Amino acid sequence: MRSLLLFIWKHYFFFVFLLLESLCIYLVVQNNYYQRASFINSSNRLSANVLETATDIRQYFYLKDENENLSKENAELRSRLLESKLVSINDQHTVNDTTLHQKYTYTSAKVVSNTTNRRNNYLTLNKGSNQGITKDMAVITNTGIVGRVKDVSENFCTVMSMLHSQIIVSAKVKKDGSFGPLTWDGGDYEYVTLSDIPTHVRLVKGDTVVTSPYSRDFPENIRIGTVDTWERKSRENFYTVRVKLLTDFKKLTYVYIVNNQMRKEQQELEQKSETDKE
Amino acid sequence: MLNEIFRNIFRFITLVLVQVLIIKNVELGRFINPFVYILFIIILPFETPKWAVLLMAFVLGITIDMFYDTLGLHAAACVFIAYVRPGILKLFSPRDGYESGTQPTIQYLGVPWFLSYAGILVIMHHLILFYMEIFRFSEFFSTFLRVIISAGFTLILIVVIQYLFNRQKEEE
Repeated sequence: MRSLLLFIWKHYFFFVFLLLESLCIYLVVQNNYYQRASFINSSNRLSANVLETATDIRQYFYLKDENENLSKENAELRSRLLESKLVSINDQHTVNDTTLHQKYTYTSAKVVSNTTNRRNNYLTLNKGSNQGITKDMAVITNTGIVGRVKDVSENFCTVMSMLHSQIIVSAKVKKDGSFGPLTWDGGDYEYVTLSDIPTHVRLVKGDTVVTSPYSRDFPENIRIGTVDTWERKSRENFYTVRVKLLTDFKKLTYVYIVNNQMRKEQQELEQKSETDKE
Repeated sequence: MLNEIFRNIFRFITLVLVQVLIIKNVELGRFINPFVYILFIIILPFETPKWAVLLMAFVLGITIDMFYDTLGLHAAACVFIAYVRPGILKLFSPRDGYESGTQPTIQYLGVPWFLSYAGILVIMHHLILFYMEIFRFSEFFSTFLRVIISAGFTLILIVVIQYLFNRQKEEE
């Protein structure tokens, strides 16, 4: 026994090496089989903090692009302001209190998760009932429409993306106002389908498609996409139009949630008329 | 002595950060994955106790593993080169031994000596690292190419870093 201890003491270097190396190999093998179970990985606090700081620093390099986008958007918003002023001046003869009311309010939100490769795609945003978000609000970006709020929790909401089998948005061809329902057929994430466009409309590739005034949730004239191809199915008097979306759904980062403050009023009135008819 | 310990701790942190923040993010293709952090083990002073080198190599490897999500892999390679380091040092020792208070660096022992000493350690480290990462021999030759090319890049970077550090010392 004593000689064994002496032997180990004499060759302690080799045994320390053996111990550490077998520990490493054990870790490697264990890690190969139970990757998720191991706790020393990049999600632990130390390395996560370092990597997060590095990402924060890296984001500074994209500030220029971000600024360009923001200034573009500012310009666009400013032009819209001017437009709305003109409208109220034109309408000053009619006594209409609502012209001075804010009809839509916008809440900016960050996309927390997003899918594009399923048949029914949802987004999650970081705004919820605490920020005044309710079901069925429209979601847009500066390049076009995104979808409609489906469920709301305290600080988050899920959005039925335009790439969903059950979403229908009323849209129109901008140049002559002919409108129809806009849906997604589940194919390419860059294209949606606009149906029920009358055949007398002279479509040209590249025509702009915008939201129609008949939508309760979406403000009018929000850009959606451009006309790509159209076809007339046999025994139908309508074109079915393939529309290329302006928004790249794979690159969504910040979106706006639109609150139509007169939605409830409109809805109640319409319901009243419906029940009166019966 | 204390000064030396602090300098090594500083070197440890700097090399880990350089490795995981800069080199990890520079993608130079499938065959070039330099790992300069092992410079820490290579230039530890001659007098460092052998067991301490092993332990430090283990800690260094585990630290790198945390960032690369490869638990144990870098640690195994580091512990191995820490184990063979004394032997290599003996193999390359000058006729009358190393001067006390010196380090195995270009500054003290010149470029040819350092290249052969560090070259062997780097190649051994990369061999173990890449073959354990693959964990099979079916891609033997492409892995071997990765080892050789990456080791070359690591050596170049190590020499460059040495010159940067040395110049700083001269200015001091």
